[in-house]
Amino acid sequence: MAGFTLMATVLNPGACGAPALVLDEPLSFWGGYDPVRGMIVDQHHPQAGTVLAGHVLVMPGSRGSAGTPAGIAEAIRRSVGPAGIVMASRDVNIAIGAMVAGRIYGALIPVLALDPADYGRIGTGDRIDIAADGTVAVSPVARG
Amino acid sequence: MDSLVLGERDRALLAGAGGEALQFAMELVVRAARIMGAPRLIDVSFAHIDACHYYGRAHLDFARFFVERGARFAVPAWGNTLTVGLLPPQPREGADPAVLGEARELAALYVTLGCRPVWTCAPYQIPGGPGLGEHIVVGESNAVSYYNSVVGARANKYGDFLDVACAMTGRAPFAGLHTDAGRRARVRFEIGGLPEDIRRTELFCHVLGHLMGRAAGSRVPVVTGLPPETPADSLKAIAAAGAASGGIALFHAVGVTPEAPTLDAATGGARPEETVAVTPAMLVAARDSLSTAGAGPVSMVALGTPHFSLTEFERAAILIAGRRIAAGVPLYVSTSRFVAEAARAKGWAEVLETAGATILVDTCTYFAPAVRGARGRVMTNSAKWAYYAPGLIPVEVAFGALEDCVETAVAGEVRRAGRLWSDKAWGL
Repeated sequence: MAGFTLMATVLNPGACGAPALVLDEPLSFWGGYDPVRGMIVDQHHPQAGTVLAGHVLVMPGSRGSAGTPAGIAEAIRRSVGPAGIVMASRDVNIAIGAMVAGRIYGALIPVLALDPADYGRIGTGDRIDIAADGTVAVSPVARG
Repeated sequence: MDSLVLGERDRALLAGAGGEALQFAMELVVRAARIMGAPRLIDVSFAHIDACHYYGRAHLDFARFFVERGARFAVPAWGNTLTVGLLPPQPREGADPAVLGEARELAALYVTLGCRPVWTCAPYQIPGGPGLGEHIVVGESNAVSYYNSVVGARANKYGDFLDVACAMTGRAPFAGLHTDAGRRARVRFEIGGLPEDIRRTELFCHVLGHLMGRAAGSRVPVVTGLPPETPADSLKAIAAAGAASGGIALFHAVGVTPEAPTLDAATGGARPEETVAVTPAMLVAARDSLSTAGAGPVSMVALGTPHFSLTEFERAAILIAGRRIAAGVPLYVSTSRFVAEAARAKGWAEVLETAGATILVDTCTYFAPAVRGARGRVMTNSAKWAYYAPGLIPVEVAFGALEDCVETAVAGEVRRAGRLWSDKAWGL
């Protein structure tokens, strides 16, 4: 499949390039995620045990714990957070967590919101390149 | 994203006129406002801070950023529960000392910033808090729901860091549950068909909250059929259970909560999108889904999630007076320093301690990796504890009423004498 480009709303600016990891369900970054290992630990989550480091995390949004921004910021501090985050919703908690990590640690992790229709076009393993203006270049991998 | 109109002071803070700390705080508030599509910011009068609850060094570094720049909260700010208690008893002998030290340091930093050290998830039990119609900032999920629903104050569910930023600037995005439109009920739960004696029990309210959380989605629910004199502890149960199982940040109950004198008042005159007629079968299924463990010996009994109120202390003291809990089965009562002191003044704390109970302040049993007995089968009266604990600590949960929990602690094994455990009582 040929590559394509999507335009996203920038919730926290940054640029990165990494393979996509698509979550089937929202994730809480407090209680559902271990910021020391960068791993999903919510045993009810279909992707429990998955490490998010080195990927562009693609997910519907976060689940509502107040601690989610701190979980994101702590994972970024430890350099085990996702390289970038693309969501189908304008998730304040994820954006604020990344913004605080940017200010305190200088780590500019892009956080974007896509239209739900565009969101569905990204699959796990696709190469994602995010530019600071919110352009998302997608190079799909072959899927059977 | 650019319909936001800022006030003069907002713009001045953003430009750095209040110093670096307030500038960053306003940047966070403005970022949130743009993401939420808020047209403007509003003044807030109170904050319940969740960012004092330690989850890693990022929490410390964020607080230090403000402390080092001499910043202070602009509005009264009260602290949520901590990961570790600051007062004795300290039952966490097995926990990582570095983490405990950082958790304590974080609490101290927030006191420096002006946080009142109440360290409770139930700040609404302490006098002097916000009232009807006030715009406030709250992060802890059960407190968001209680303040919105029972007090009638107005808060969105604020995540860590944004809570601090709003309390520093005294400003918050005017969106969601701060607006009249955002507070209107869209889904109705009709419980009038259930036996009235059931509807009057606290256990029912835990189960109802759990069920509503699962079914309401992101919609504000309204309950019809809740008895008008439903006590605060039962409303706390609905708030906590609904926030845990589904993220309810506001519920109305016609004839009970302040913004719902009538169904029309709760919905803004609109017809609910959906009406759920709650059946006995639905309640029994919800009740049973809160227990992962069956009958048998227990390793601990956990009360006080959210924090035990003074009226709960009184009820528990009456149930346990003159009795003794089983050897090796700790009974923990989690509460705030404030309520613990009041319970001590009334003599109820001593009644519980004489029976062998441990009163735990500033924190909660499910944050504590080394609370004695926090493994195996644990009995609780809290739907919130039942929902979260199995994911946080290695336990199975037996859920029951406060009366059942006391009987279980005394017997050392699960006791559910309450007639609510007979399907017949629920009308099946």
